[in-house]
Amino acid sequence: MKFNKLAINNPADLIFGRCPTPVTTARGLVIGGGLVYPELNFTVPVGTVLDRAHLPDVKEMYKNIAEGALKRALELESPGVVLEFETLLEMTMDPYIGIELVKVMNEVCEKYYSKYDLKSEIRLTPNDTRDFDRPPLMRTSRHLDQMWELFDKGSQAGGDLLSIESTGGKEVCDEALMECDIQRVIFSQAVLGVRDMNFVWSNIAYIARKNGKIMGGDTACGFGNTAMVLSEKKYIPKSFAAIVHLATIVRSLVAIEQGAIGPDKDCGYEGIFLKAIAGIPISMEGKTAACAHLSPVGNIAAAACDLWSNESVQDIKLLAGMAPTCYLEQLEYDCRLMNTATKKGPETATVLRDLFTNSDVYTDPQALILSPESAIEISKAVVSGENYLDATVKGCLKGLDIIEGAIENGKLKCPDREEIWLKSMREDIEEIPSDEGEFIDDMLEELDDRSKFVPSEYGL
Amino acid sequence: MSKIESLYNAVLKGKRKIVKKEVQLAVEDNVEVNSILMDSMIPAMREIGARFSNGDAFVPEMLVSARAMQAGLDILKPLLDKAGHEPLGRIAIGTVKGDLHDIGKNLVMMMVKGAGYEIIDLGVDIDVETYEKCVVENDIQVLMLSALLTTTIPYMKNVVDHFKAKNIDCKIMIGGAPVTQRFCDDIGADAYCEDANIAVEVLEKVIAS
Repeated sequence: MKFNKLAINNPADLIFGRCPTPVTTARGLVIGGGLVYPELNFTVPVGTVLDRAHLPDVKEMYKNIAEGALKRALELESPGVVLEFETLLEMTMDPYIGIELVKVMNEVCEKYYSKYDLKSEIRLTPNDTRDFDRPPLMRTSRHLDQMWELFDKGSQAGGDLLSIESTGGKEVCDEALMECDIQRVIFSQAVLGVRDMNFVWSNIAYIARKNGKIMGGDTACGFGNTAMVLSEKKYIPKSFAAIVHLATIVRSLVAIEQGAIGPDKDCGYEGIFLKAIAGIPISMEGKTAACAHLSPVGNIAAAACDLWSNESVQDIKLLAGMAPTCYLEQLEYDCRLMNTATKKGPETATVLRDLFTNSDVYTDPQALILSPESAIEISKAVVSGENYLDATVKGCLKGLDIIEGAIENGKLKCPDREEIWLKSMREDIEEIPSDEGEFIDDMLEELDDRSKFVPSEYGL
Repeated sequence: MSKIESLYNAVLKGKRKIVKKEVQLAVEDNVEVNSILMDSMIPAMREIGARFSNGDAFVPEMLVSARAMQAGLDILKPLLDKAGHEPLGRIAIGTVKGDLHDIGKNLVMMMVKGAGYEIIDLGVDIDVETYEKCVVENDIQVLMLSALLTTTIPYMKNVVDHFKAKNIDCKIMIGGAPVTQRFCDDIGADAYCEDANIAVEVLEKVIAS
């Protein structure tokens, strides 16, 4: 593992809008350089047909989304906006569709930049179509060519920030989440995820360097966010979901090892640890993403964000206007508050950050691990790891220490039915062999159904 | 404690080995096979299902109970077949074409199976022809369609329309994050299930209707 020390050592320095290595985009956004910008994400409403025959209508929809958002951003005197274009299956399977949609949105961004000096950028996030086959073929998938084509031509068409929510290990992790099997979760992340991230991000790095684009980062949405949503529905313990978040840190760090410089993506919540470890700017989502999913981290997620995201909203009509426009406004007001605090000086910014933190921190273990203090402690444990597996194990155990400590001192309430899971998680994590080869052998023996999981697709 | 009670407790606690042992003993003692299933194992699964629905149990706890019950069922199945036992109902489930999400589907499947229904899992990315083939060949009473994406739920209408056009005698129940009761009404499906933890309740109403 490349990282063996932190870029941010002091929790006081882990704050919104500022990071050690800000990223400057083509149209001049300086992300992590003092301002927090809104990152608007959107999707088509129910019933939209995505094929070439309907492309003119869909282009018009995306043009209007971008136009509505940037017009409102201009009216609100926003310093800048990121539009995240996270593609749907059909837009990646037929890259022409995705590329055309980038073009139409980029024209709007360019218009607002040249006419009004409003800085905006498109984050292009092709969806990971390898997951479309069962078992997923991570390195030999028939869908890979289209995915790379969308990264390549989509970035040429105007996608300045490249990201993905890659799915390496998901075929193992999905079942492990339902069974609350932390050993398998860790295997899916620290072994499978790490290997797949190296594969995916070395390819993205090639495309980004060729086209002069920014490698944003990868988020473990299909793992951490899925765990959080399951725990919100009371399907799995919240403390388990919190530890799953921590198990995803190392796999997402691999993108940075391959050259990603941020802003990291929003929805896995491992961003704050990446910021502490690597110093890159991050996107986070909280209360203003309730349009996409509920969460127990509505305020605390903002504590160290550099972009503030709404995750996703359907392009439907609300009373005030189209939903993406309304959400741009909500995000912009959130950002304006943070930026005003920053302008007032470090003390005011810290007060606001601490309000974000303190209002959530002891309401849920998933919030607790996201506090700047917890994030630094956990990040220190991660970088002390001798390898990816060891780093993941150490990060998870530190998270358990923090959660158990808060329960013991009475700050964090923990229902009885959750406590037994804390104990069993610790036992299971401590049982993981320190030798990665031994762990892999154990897991491969257990995960022997090759109709679900193909080890050779991870180089195993 | 009677054998029925100890088997009930073993299923409830997910003790697979004990379930196998208790089922074997009950069979050897000539306890009626239908009673072993209906008076202990299914009530135990219904209890764990109820605890889950009330927020008093997590999915993994339900899973271990389901696996323990399956271990007992493996012993009972040939005897139940021989005795002409009929399941409470025959159900099929699958995520619609173009959609690969299956966490919700698998949860519903577990709840339904645990309640004593026979359920066939068609998997993900299922086209209308596959649904039809399964329903016709297996005399399915209720077909469950699942989807997570706004772009894939319209396929549910294709399935409903197809079944109506071909006059296939099977109720259709739908669910998934973007699905609503209104959508269900609009496409003419028979029932909407908002959450996995009410799946059995909705299913029972559909079958009774």
